[in-house]
Amino acid sequence: MIVKSIRENLGGMWSLLVGLRVTSINFFRPHVTVHYPRQCVPTLEGYRGHIELVPLEKDPLKSKCIACSNCVKICPTSCISLKATKPKKAAVAEGADSPAAKVPSEGKKEAPVKKAKPELQSFVLDYNYCSLCGLCVQSCPTGALEFSDDVYLAGFTRQEFVFDLLARLQRQAQKKEQ
Amino acid sequence: MIEAIPTQLIIILVGLAATMAFVGLNAILLVYLERKVAGFIHRRPGPYEVGPHGILQPFADGLKLVGKQIFTPKGADSVLFWLAPMISMAPAIVCFLVIPFGPNVLIFNTNVGLVLILAFTGINVLALCIAGWTSQNKYALVGAARGVSQSVAYEIPLLLAVLPIIFMTGTFNLYDITLGQGAWPWQWFIVYQPVAFVIFFICALAETNRAPFDLPEAESELTAGFHTEYSGMGFALFFLSEYAYMVIAACVTAVLFLGGFQGPVVSGWWWFLAKVYILLLIMIWIRWTFPRVRFDQLLNICWKWLIPLAIINLLITLLVIAL
Repeated sequence: MIVKSIRENLGGMWSLLVGLRVTSINFFRPHVTVHYPRQCVPTLEGYRGHIELVPLEKDPLKSKCIACSNCVKICPTSCISLKATKPKKAAVAEGADSPAAKVPSEGKKEAPVKKAKPELQSFVLDYNYCSLCGLCVQSCPTGALEFSDDVYLAGFTRQEFVFDLLARLQRQAQKKEQ
Repeated sequence: MIEAIPTQLIIILVGLAATMAFVGLNAILLVYLERKVAGFIHRRPGPYEVGPHGILQPFADGLKLVGKQIFTPKGADSVLFWLAPMISMAPAIVCFLVIPFGPNVLIFNTNVGLVLILAFTGINVLALCIAGWTSQNKYALVGAARGVSQSVAYEIPLLLAVLPIIFMTGTFNLYDITLGQGAWPWQWFIVYQPVAFVIFFICALAETNRAPFDLPEAESELTAGFHTEYSGMGFALFFLSEYAYMVIAACVTAVLFLGGFQGPVVSGWWWFLAKVYILLLIMIWIRWTFPRVRFDQLLNICWKWLIPLAIINLLITLLVIAL
């Protein structure tokens, strides 16, 4: 009984020395933090900031968004609002009327190709109310939304945190081109 | 005769002033050291912005503390409340008078130097108790209660660890204890009394309320423990005295176990300061390594381990001396 207790305590004391060794090794290792205002961390991979639009591969000025409004509907705080041009009536009518479109076996699928997609005009995120739940990202059928790594956000007014994400996408694309 | 007394008095007064400067300087150095070591162990730079590599940070901290409003809580006994930090600080300065920093750097050579230090450091507990009691704050009261029981418990093994050294040298005079040891490390008392050294060092950590025995402060449970209600210079005095007691603990350890100012090649105050600072660094290192013990663990370590060990160590020492 006593022997066991002594052995346990000796083991405990040995663990103290191990602890001291760990901290002393870490003392001499290089720092992992940076002097923030003068330096920034090299990568923010894995950071989940506010959402942003994903550009099309062919046209970096346009987003993958098809203006289905799934994100607007699912957002618990209603902080997303988007505007899009309505699809041209002619195209819709043509596509709807054509029986060929409903029968794929005929091979002549002209209507769906010509059918004009609604074009996104603005995608506004009110970041003040966003809780970063990510439901919009999950519900997007085309994968047009993702989390940005925008961590350096600071402002004096509420209005500064209402982002037009489409304009942001275009700005970023232009910056990349330059 | 009348001529002779003022000289001694003047020496003591000058010594007191020098001690206060030394305490202040040490506090500044230790604050910086503590925060830098903490930073490096956490792999961050520590204070960096005030002055080159943050060396002016302690001054900025001091200025901030001086500039703060002095505030007495409602219902507190204001006399005792403000007396407590002074009671905490004053004995710390007296203790430095009897510590032999070097062969010629000793302010007050007395035969009861060690007893004086042990007695005066004991007063700190009273300050802690008063501070907690008069603060009208539950955290402060719990902190004070913890501090008192901790100090009472750890005083015993501390004394029991000092006794073997006293029996070996036959004196309480710190200067003579220093001279009882040789210049080389294998002639120091740490070689003859390693168990006493470990017990003494652990007790010194507990007596100075340093982590892992910082239960009277325990910032994660008791906000700031016994000095929760102190602002400005009241807090600063407690802070200063904490560092002063740390330095005293390191000084006494150096004198008792590490040969004091004696060192290889040339003995002198530089060896003493080097030993003291190495001990202080070890204290800081320990603080940033170990988590705080629980209160029952704290008392178990003392009553179940340190006291029996110290008594056995003392008996063995006595046996060896008697033979």
